[in-house]
Amino acid sequence: MQARFRRLAEKERRAVVLTVDGEAVRALEGDVLLTALMLSRGFARMSEFGDGPRAGFCMMGACQDCWVWTGAGERLRACSTSVAEGMDIRTHVPEGIWPIPA
Amino acid sequence: MADPRVIVVGAGPAGIRAAAALVEAGLVPTVIDEASRSGGQIYRRQPENFTRSYEQLYGTEARKARALHTCFDALRHRIDYRPETLAWAVKDGRLHVQSGMTAEALPYDALVLAPGATDRMMPIPGWTRPGCYSLGASQIALKAQACAIGEKVVFMGTGPLLYLVACQYMKAGNAPVAVLDTTPFHRQLRGLALMAARPGQLVKGARLIAALRAGGVRVVRGITPREVTGGEAGVTGVRYADAAGRTFHVECTAVGIGFHLRAESQLADLAGCVFAFDPAVRQWLPAIDAMGRSSVANVYLAGDGVRVLGADGAETSGKLAAQAVLADLGRPQPEDRTRRLLRDMERHVRFARGVARAFPWPHDKVAAIPDETLVCRCEAITAGELRAAVTALEAPEVNRAKAFSRVGMGRCQGRFCGLASQEIVAAACRLPVEKAGRLRGQAPVKPLPIAVTDGGSHA
Repeated sequence: MQARFRRLAEKERRAVVLTVDGEAVRALEGDVLLTALMLSRGFARMSEFGDGPRAGFCMMGACQDCWVWTGAGERLRACSTSVAEGMDIRTHVPEGIWPIPA
Repeated sequence: MADPRVIVVGAGPAGIRAAAALVEAGLVPTVIDEASRSGGQIYRRQPENFTRSYEQLYGTEARKARALHTCFDALRHRIDYRPETLAWAVKDGRLHVQSGMTAEALPYDALVLAPGATDRMMPIPGWTRPGCYSLGASQIALKAQACAIGEKVVFMGTGPLLYLVACQYMKAGNAPVAVLDTTPFHRQLRGLALMAARPGQLVKGARLIAALRAGGVRVVRGITPREVTGGEAGVTGVRYADAAGRTFHVECTAVGIGFHLRAESQLADLAGCVFAFDPAVRQWLPAIDAMGRSSVANVYLAGDGVRVLGADGAETSGKLAAQAVLADLGRPQPEDRTRRLLRDMERHVRFARGVARAFPWPHDKVAAIPDETLVCRCEAITAGELRAAVTALEAPEVNRAKAFSRVGMGRCQGRFCGLASQEIVAAACRLPVEKAGRLRGQAPVKPLPIAVTDGGSHA
């Protein structure tokens, strides 16, 4: 996959490092998760219906097409969740978690 | 009545102005907003550590954005402000809200719903590919994240936002490759007489298009979207037909799509408000009086969530709704002020009629999308499967077609497929769209985490 977003301004912010599917991803404080994902791997999640990757759509919390998970199984909307240092983000539902917290 | 409980849902232009008028009258309204910062979408605030000026962010609307934000900042500690809180149902005179892992049911004496709008969408083959976003998303990426959705962007659809977002990208140094409008130019002229109700806005719109042309951006009108092309990795281009039916392909890395806006009317629906079909915009909308009173005695509706008038109209409608609340609570408002607001409102309504006429929802193109097009993004259901719910399973209207096909039942709750599915089902039923049923709202209006617990209601 490839970066799809392009940063145009506000580049002088503090760096934040999170992990996405175990790989380190560098973002800037104030980025939402979707921005961090679209500047690194270019997608947010896989469609559960086998039609390929999805990368969000509305960026305003309405379409629910940017769901990601934390390592602990919490479901997040990538468009409306800010990045934080050390976040452990998964683009697939983590297996073996019960009860499902979200 | 002592300390009436008034709840305002939404902290955009309508909700903020409503809350301000209520505070001015000595009330302490509760303001529920899903976002972490007030402003709504069009005057959305950037994160606190961003440094761009109001002029950079909001252009010609900088003064209005600053005024609205300043208004809210002055209110913030005089209201019961609940950011990052979802209003997910209205039932038995209570508003159900969720924040984090806690749910509550809030009783009210008056409820003002100002939940805003989302992009109205036409499903297009390939619109689920990474790199394809709504016009609203394209604008939010820029305003709230200082990012373009891609390096080479095509904007496609119709409506004022199409040209506004294209211009904002150009000014930010990421000029779009092309702007593709489904409305033919001669059709756009038909809205002029009504849009002249607000000459300033009309001039601003004309300037946007002129600026795009001057910047060398290709603007094509009267197109039919054919496909967002690409592969697993995402968007590589857009295929469209021109007015003469000739097909073209434009290479790009991202696409922003939108066909003006649709009202977020689900909470009004759950509150039991009567809806009426508005043929000008081909949407079922909650019925209101001139002040914003719904058919339910203590429920008031304002802003783009009841009918799309744009930000200025939203501010006026918020003020009017608050006046109606106060009058109904036995606190009559100065008549000259109400009259002035009602006069303003008439201009906004007239202008919005012009916009609807100048940038029509291309319903015939929507009804004719190819069978293989995914209509439902949530569950990857095609137009062909939706049509089969009518032709093979004999669904006579949209709710039954939804039950059979699940289009409109996914996690977006029909926000992005609902209006298209009404056109597709109506065409398959050979009925005018207003005779093919109205998609009913369902609670929760957005998915709730399963671990949410009852935080106790204020019963």
